[in-house]
Amino acid sequence: MTMSTTITIAPVTRIEGHAKITIQLDEHGDVADARFHVNEFRGFEKFTEGRLLWEMPGITSRICGICPASHLVTSAKAGDDILAVEIPETAEKLRRLLTLAQWLQSHALSFFHLSSPDLLLGFDADPAQRNVFGLIAHDKEFARRGIRLRKFGQEIIEMLGGRRIHTPWTVPGGVREPLDPARRDAMLAWIPEARETVGIALATLQKMHGKYAKDIPEYGNFRSLLVGLVSKDGGLEYYDGFLRIMDGNGNTIADKLDPKKYFEYFGEAAESWSYLKFPYYKPFGYPDGMYRVGPLARVNICDFIETPLAEAERKVFKALSGKAGVVNNSFYYHYARLIEMLFAVEKIEQLLKDPAILGSTIRSDASINRAEGIGCSEAPRGVLFHHYHVNKDGVIQKANLVIATAQNNIAMNRTVRQLASHFLDGRNGKITEGMLNRVEAGIRCYDPCLSCSTHALGQMPLHVRVLDADNHVVDEMMR
Amino acid sequence: MAIITFSIDGEHYSAREDQTILEIAREHKIPIPTLCHLDGLSTVGACRLCLVEIEGSAKLQPACTAKPVEGMVIRTNTDRLKKYRRTIVELLASEGNHQCAVCVVNGHCELQNLAYEVGLDHVRVPYLFPSKRLDATHKDFVIDRNRCVLCTRCVRVCHEVEGAHVWDIGGRGINCEIIGDMNQPWGESESCTSCGKCVRVCPTGALFEKGATVGEMHKERGFLKYIVTARNKQQWIATAHEEE
Repeated sequence: MTMSTTITIAPVTRIEGHAKITIQLDEHGDVADARFHVNEFRGFEKFTEGRLLWEMPGITSRICGICPASHLVTSAKAGDDILAVEIPETAEKLRRLLTLAQWLQSHALSFFHLSSPDLLLGFDADPAQRNVFGLIAHDKEFARRGIRLRKFGQEIIEMLGGRRIHTPWTVPGGVREPLDPARRDAMLAWIPEARETVGIALATLQKMHGKYAKDIPEYGNFRSLLVGLVSKDGGLEYYDGFLRIMDGNGNTIADKLDPKKYFEYFGEAAESWSYLKFPYYKPFGYPDGMYRVGPLARVNICDFIETPLAEAERKVFKALSGKAGVVNNSFYYHYARLIEMLFAVEKIEQLLKDPAILGSTIRSDASINRAEGIGCSEAPRGVLFHHYHVNKDGVIQKANLVIATAQNNIAMNRTVRQLASHFLDGRNGKITEGMLNRVEAGIRCYDPCLSCSTHALGQMPLHVRVLDADNHVVDEMMR
Repeated sequence: MAIITFSIDGEHYSAREDQTILEIAREHKIPIPTLCHLDGLSTVGACRLCLVEIEGSAKLQPACTAKPVEGMVIRTNTDRLKKYRRTIVELLASEGNHQCAVCVVNGHCELQNLAYEVGLDHVRVPYLFPSKRLDATHKDFVIDRNRCVLCTRCVRVCHEVEGAHVWDIGGRGINCEIIGDMNQPWGESESCTSCGKCVRVCPTGALFEKGATVGEMHKERGFLKYIVTARNKQQWIATAHEEE
């Protein structure tokens, strides 16, 4: 091989959606560039034009089957803004409960179903085994607990909204149905088991941190901005609060930003090779304004977590950062995700024990009072914005959805490049399973949801190509 | 009034000669699907879902308008009729934008129920995806023509029961659509009394209350029987309402 080469991994497996990876080699066989392509397109922002504001939670929750509740809540919040209402206390608490249930079920899916096969069975295990079924064969009890933890999150959603997926229960102005005591008690009964399962997951992950100590430094270990919501007093936040932006050295460079002004802080770039947009922090420009969102960002940027077990774990997490003050390694997304699961379980218990959760005043009624509204909340994968313009009758004139996975796009590309450089044996132009597995696992750290981020639908096989400088196929692999 | 005898699906029945096949079938709990028909409104025979076979005639007849004659042999549920009914619902589905999953009447929609009834598991003709007008200018109600099947129940209830005659059909052929006040925005209508009758009789999510979210719009139609009984028979019987 004399020419530079491109290696393509397509589609990437065990993520929510459809993507491929290409790795461009130079004439020496070293990695020149790596790109994470997302080749789905759905067009929600366009086809919701002309629909009514009140329909938006129901329509946008259809963007995704994994975190419909996040879209539902964020869309309803944009609706609250347009109606210019404050929602009743009970409605806010119920929406918070829904949001945490969403975190729990999505994080459980990411950790147990999608990432544990890599971690427990090894990155080089047979792909036919390295999946949730292999996990069940390897450790039935661990898999069962993971599946049940996800079920807990799903059951809360179902008990609140009548169905697990795509409940239309959250609406502009509040929620549709109150919570009755019997269902509250049924949710509470799950708490001890859920807490125990998260504890087991944390202990397991700590063992993995030892087992993969050599690999971990290559998993997207770089400085970037970290962006997320924090509560008014700086704690971990998931439903409301302010935006905080921290740099890779742990300096808070912007704080107490109003989420409703996100478009003043963030821009979106587009590249011809991906349908996934590239959001960036405007003052730093594109691509230097790269930022990460989601569990890693949230647990890094907050000053504390309000629940005791999660706060203790956060301190252990922060100690990983050493002098930097920030944990910059994307591998620790897994750890941050587990800390958030622990928080979710503790906070769900708190919310359920609050008598206000059973209130019957749950919906504020109003007509259109603003022409523009923005909703913001923390979806499992990071901060989510819904931004609508309506006419005086409530008909959507323009919709902009800024999705968590998109906001990690630049960082995911950087992670792929780092992993490929380290694990690829480019000299013979051959793709090795080990490299592929690690590049995929690197992407999986972010738990990307491409259905959401392109508002697109996809499948998940794996296809790999090596191309030379003239784009001739040198090697190709499919599974 | 003369009494006649005839057969439906092999069973013998007798009825008054002024009764329609549909009325008789309903009396005897023989299922015939309908869409444009609504008890209390005039009959237009437009949707063709209630077509029945009459022995000796090549032409199918709508049960809502056809009356039996002595000795007539009627069939309501043959393979041919099932095929036609399914095709009609299929064409209705393809020429509008019926997205049940995000519709305000999801779960309580006559078109959706019909689709289940006729076994509509897929649509064989290409969807047209028309771009139809949604009018949300009225303070309480919305008309979304994407979900309209042109049954004209709204036109009839407004003219015949409320006496306001806001609605008409404008356009021709596939471009037909419901228009208000000779094609003015609903919110500017001078004839509309905002009574909401059109919303309640609409079989789909084409007419609904503003602010309703997915599946939240239930259509209560008992009022129609109450008003019509009172008007025609001078009997102001609340039970007529409650029976619905």
